[in-house]
Amino acid sequence: MQKAWSNNLNYSVFQTQQTTRQSASITYLEAIRAAQQKALRDDPRVFIYGQDIADFGGAFKATKGLAKEFPGRVLDSPISEDAQIGMAIGAALEGMRPIIEMQFADFSTCGYTQIVQHAATMKWRTGVPCPIVVRLPSGGTAGAGPFHSQSMEALYAHYPGIIVMTPATVEDAYTMLLEAVEIDDPVIFCEHKYLYYHLKADALPDVALPTGKARVARPGRDATIATYSAMVHESLACAAELATEGWEIEVIDLRSVKPLDTDTILASVSRTGRLLAVGEAFPWGGVTAEVIARVATEGFDLLDAPPMRLNAKDTPVPYHPNLWGTHRPTAPSIVAAMRRLLKA
Amino acid sequence: MSQASAARNVDSGAHENKERYLGVYRWMLLSRVLEEKLASLYRGGKITGGVFLGRGQEALSAALGSALQRGDIFAPLIRDMAGRLAFGETVLDATRTYLGSRLGPMRGRDGNIHRGEPAKGHYAMISHLGAMVSAVAGGLFARRQRGETGVVGATCVGDGATSTGAFHEGINMAAVEKLPLVIIVANNQYAYSTSTSRQYACADLVQRAAGYGIPGYKIDGTNPEECIEIVHAAVARARSGEGPQMVVADLLRLVGHGEHDDFHYMSHALKVSPIGRDSLDVARDQITAAGWASAAQLKKMRDQAVAEVEAACSTALREPLPDPNDEDWCALHTRRLAEGLEQQP
Repeated sequence: MQKAWSNNLNYSVFQTQQTTRQSASITYLEAIRAAQQKALRDDPRVFIYGQDIADFGGAFKATKGLAKEFPGRVLDSPISEDAQIGMAIGAALEGMRPIIEMQFADFSTCGYTQIVQHAATMKWRTGVPCPIVVRLPSGGTAGAGPFHSQSMEALYAHYPGIIVMTPATVEDAYTMLLEAVEIDDPVIFCEHKYLYYHLKADALPDVALPTGKARVARPGRDATIATYSAMVHESLACAAELATEGWEIEVIDLRSVKPLDTDTILASVSRTGRLLAVGEAFPWGGVTAEVIARVATEGFDLLDAPPMRLNAKDTPVPYHPNLWGTHRPTAPSIVAAMRRLLKA
Repeated sequence: MSQASAARNVDSGAHENKERYLGVYRWMLLSRVLEEKLASLYRGGKITGGVFLGRGQEALSAALGSALQRGDIFAPLIRDMAGRLAFGETVLDATRTYLGSRLGPMRGRDGNIHRGEPAKGHYAMISHLGAMVSAVAGGLFARRQRGETGVVGATCVGDGATSTGAFHEGINMAAVEKLPLVIIVANNQYAYSTSTSRQYACADLVQRAAGYGIPGYKIDGTNPEECIEIVHAAVARARSGEGPQMVVADLLRLVGHGEHDDFHYMSHALKVSPIGRDSLDVARDQITAAGWASAAQLKKMRDQAVAEVEAACSTALREPLPDPNDEDWCALHTRRLAEGLEQQP
C-alpha cells in the first residue's frame, strides 16, 4: 500500500526524476485551494482570514475565487499577524473553524505569541479546545531571500499543544489540510512554496494515511533517509541516483513532524542500520535533531553506523540562487552525505 | 469631580439608578473583601505563586462587569476581580484558582488571575499584554457569523498594555470589522514600576481612540457614578451596533503590582491627588449622600460579603489539590495525536 502511494506520485521539477505524465494536472497549490473549497462547502464553521486573500485570491492564489464563491467567509485582514491569530482563537472558542493564511511562513513570527502562548495553552489551561489552522507558505524558492524562505516547523513543534503538518505530496496537501480543519487542536500547516507549482498529481484522493503516520516514500535496505516536505523529493532524487550504483536507499516521508512517527523510523532503521535525517530548516535543534535523538535513545542497537543529519546552513537564507542552492540540502549534497554514511 | 459635587450629582438626578449603583457597590465590596482575604492567605503561606489585587480599580471593573450580560464575552485583566464577579464568576471558583483546587476551573494547571471559563464567555487571560483584544474580537466575529446580534465583548488593559503591538493590532482589526468591542483602559499610572512618562508620549491615552476611528471616553476611574454612567453607555452603544468603544479611566493602583511588591516607587503626589482616593470610600459617600443606604445597611452589606468569602475559602481550603499521578499530562484535545503519553508514570 505504501509502495503504491509512492508510485502514484509524479514530480516534474526534480532533475533526476522527470516522470511527469501529460495527464498530471492538479498542482500542490491547487490541492490546497481545493481542500479549502471543500472545507468551506462542507462545514459552515469554516472561514479563512488572511492578507490579500479575498478578491485578490492570495499572494500565491491559494484562495483564488473562494471569496466570490463563499461570500463573507474569505476575508482580507489588516497586516496584523498577531491579531489574525488572536481573532482565530476567539472565533474557535465560539465554535468556528478558522483557517488563517500567513502570507509567508516567515511572517508568522509576528503571530508567534498568539500561537504558542495562547492557542497552544488553551485546551490544557481551560479544558476548551482551540481548533485553528494556520497555513504557513514555507521553505525556499530561488531569489526569495532571508525573509520569504524560512522553514518554521521546529519552532512550533517545540511547544506542547500544537500539531505540525509538513505535507510533501499533492495528495497529502489535500487530505492533511482537510484533516487539519477537523482536528480539535491548533494545527500549523507547513505547505512548501517550492512544491506549489511544480508538484502535480492526476487526481485528489478520497482516503489517506492519518496524520501521525509516516510513509515509506521509497523502500530500501542499505540506509534510511528520514525527511519531510520538499526534502522528500530531493531525497528521492538522491535515492534514484544511488540506485544506479546498486544502493537501495529507503526514504521516509514524515508527513507530520509533530506528532513524529518514531515507530516507522525505527522500523526502517531496523531494516537498514543506517540513518540520515534531512531537513531544510536551520541546523540548531529542530526536526532532524529530534529524529536522531529518538533513534539514538530508543534504537541505538539498531544502528550500524553513527546517524547523520543534513540541514540548511547556519546563516539566514541567501537571496541569490548560487548561494541558496548550496545553503539548503539538495539531491547532490544528500548524495554526498549518504556516500559518507554508507562507508561508515 | 469633588466628592461633594459627585454627591450632589447623585442626589440630583440618579435616583432611578439606585439599584444599579447598589449592585455595583456590592460587587466592589465583595471584590475588596475577597482580595483582602486572598492577600491574607498569601501572607500566611496558603497561596503559592502570586496574588495580584485590583485595589483602587473596583469601581471601573464592577461598572463594566455589571454592564455585560449573560452571553456576552469578557476578557478581564489582572485587576478585574470586581468585574469578573459581576460578570458571573463565583467567589468559590476565584478562590479555588488561587488555592490550586482541582475542583476549580483551572484545576491547578494555571493560577491566580490567569483563569476563566471560555464556555461561559469568561476568557482566560494570558500574561502577554494586549493579547486578549483580538481574541475577544474573534469571539465577536464568530457570533456575528452565526447571526447573533446584541452581543458585546469587552476587555480591559492597563496603561502598560497600550504600548504593545497586540493592543494596536487588536483594536485596529476590531475597528475595521466594526465589531461590538468595548476596550477599557485602566490608566493606573504604573505598569509594574514604570510610570506613564516612560510608557507613552501622547497627552492622554484617550487620544489613541481617534487614531483607530472609534469613540473614546475619558473618565475618573475613582468615581463610581461616572464609571457606571459612561461604561454602561459605551456598552449600550456597542450593543446597538455602533462599533468599538474605548473608555480611558484615570485612577491609581493602591497596591503593588502583586503582593510581593511594596510599591516604594509610588509617587506621593499621586497618592494625595484626586485619583489617589479609594473608590469604595467614594461609593460609600455617594450612597450615604443619596440616602440609598444607612450605615447599618452598609455594614450589613459588608458582613454579607465577609460571610460569602469566608464560606468560599473554608470550602476551597478543604478541597483536594492537583495530583501529578492523576494528571493526564496531555496538552492536546486529540489524544491519538499526543506524543509520549506512554512514557508518563
